[in-house]
Amino acid sequence: MKETYILTTSPHIHNAESIPRVMYSVVIALIPAVLVSIYYFGVSALIIYLISIASCLVFEAAAQKVMGRPITIGDGSIMITAILLAMNIPSTSPWWLVVVGALVAVVLGKQIYGGLGHNPFNPVLVARILLLISFPVQMTAWVEPVPLFSGVDSVSMATPLGDMKTTLMLKGLIDTSHFSYMDTFIGFVGGSLGETSVLALLVGGIFLLARRVITWHVPATYIGTVFALTGVFWLIDPTKYANPVFHILSGGLMLGALFMATDMVTSPVYPRGMLIFGIGCGIITVLIRLFGGYPEGVAFSILLMNAATPLIDRYTTPKKFGSIVLDEAAK
Amino acid sequence: MADFKDFTKGIWSENPVFKIVLGMCPVLAVTTAAENGVGMGLATTFVLVCSNIVVSGVRTVIPDKVRLPAFIVIIASFVTIVDLVMNGFFHQLHKVLGIFIPLIVVNCIILGRAEAFASKNSIASSALDGLGMGVGFTLSLVVLGSIREALGNGTIFGVSLFGQGFVPMLVMILPPGAFVTLGLLLGVMNRIEQARDKKP
Repeated sequence: MKETYILTTSPHIHNAESIPRVMYSVVIALIPAVLVSIYYFGVSALIIYLISIASCLVFEAAAQKVMGRPITIGDGSIMITAILLAMNIPSTSPWWLVVVGALVAVVLGKQIYGGLGHNPFNPVLVARILLLISFPVQMTAWVEPVPLFSGVDSVSMATPLGDMKTTLMLKGLIDTSHFSYMDTFIGFVGGSLGETSVLALLVGGIFLLARRVITWHVPATYIGTVFALTGVFWLIDPTKYANPVFHILSGGLMLGALFMATDMVTSPVYPRGMLIFGIGCGIITVLIRLFGGYPEGVAFSILLMNAATPLIDRYTTPKKFGSIVLDEAAK
Repeated sequence: MADFKDFTKGIWSENPVFKIVLGMCPVLAVTTAAENGVGMGLATTFVLVCSNIVVSGVRTVIPDKVRLPAFIVIIASFVTIVDLVMNGFFHQLHKVLGIFIPLIVVNCIILGRAEAFASKNSIASSALDGLGMGVGFTLSLVVLGSIREALGNGTIFGVSLFGQGFVPMLVMILPPGAFVTLGLLLGVMNRIEQARDKKP
């Protein structure tokens, strides 16, 4: 019998960590929010998830085939893209909106740069922003959530942030009293599919933290910065600026901070960079929410900080232990 | 002697938009509709041909040191002609293209051809070169403009393409659409070139 020896260099410790393991952890973490959104927005939500997953898989396979790369639709990354894309659009979206979104996310957001790991921007957010600019009517057709099996057709309503911006423009004052914190916390408000339920998102986020798929740096600094900054404005003039608790509970902040700003590919690698990234996202989000033209700024802020990520990484790379700066060595 | 290749190279192998990638400012800004592309392309073609002929004609007279200012003055004269003629006879189009008509003066393609080609070649070759470059530029603008107009407005040259149910993709007629379309077309063109090189 011939014996085979496998010769390798160190390290020899094997870690179970792999791309599919990380990716499916995120998919599992998204499940609570998916279930809540299906419960509140009904069958139309389920259909959107299915269309999104199907079209993302098809576009990914087609793009990889055309570009002559190995087809890797099984590694889970495309499932995350598909689920997050569905979470980023309203439940009333027509089918073609989802398909266009999937095409933009997979082809323009990801494959055109070279596939997984090469995209400078979060593909889902690229798709969301493109859809928001292209189809402003369809992308803001919010309906009031109607729990499954309650037998009522949908009723249109504004999102908390959209409502706040409109009343501020019309009356010069804000009035958030008709939104209860409990409703925004569990997800009983209008909004994109996946952004409404803070509770479900937090459950998923904690799971990811426990699995060490994400670290606390980005979500904590992001949400903390939004809280602190909106708090300052609230203290200055509570009639014009909503209180910080309202701000962190509404809109896409939780979804963005826990699942999209933490994307490994498009966020900084080192902890110090992550802190800068989170704070930057927070500042831009607050500026857009309070002074910008759009009611919500999470998607824009994360994309802008994605663009800054290579620069952040460049200045926050820790010194290698024992290395010498070349200039000094030359002296 | 003038070679017919001086004309054809501008259309594909040295296409000013997709190969040399010059004059991006009007390319990105005015291609919101196919018709604008035609207007801008023809205006630029006229200036290119005329300035190429004149530059080539005076190439032995102009001292080397002041050739760039001299070229600019020649180009500016023709641009002024285009600007005034367009304002008089195609007022609506002139309004749409706006500042980009006077800006043809600083379009890199025109100065580039004057410097790189017309100042070194005969009048006939230069005229053909200018015409080829102009046609290539116009074709590129029309292709870009058609794609953006079709997706962003549902029309081509103002003719409705799709049925009532079509919802235009607004972003295509906004600046991001220009960059995305240009990038994709560049990619497609490089791909075709690669496929060609492989065959021999």
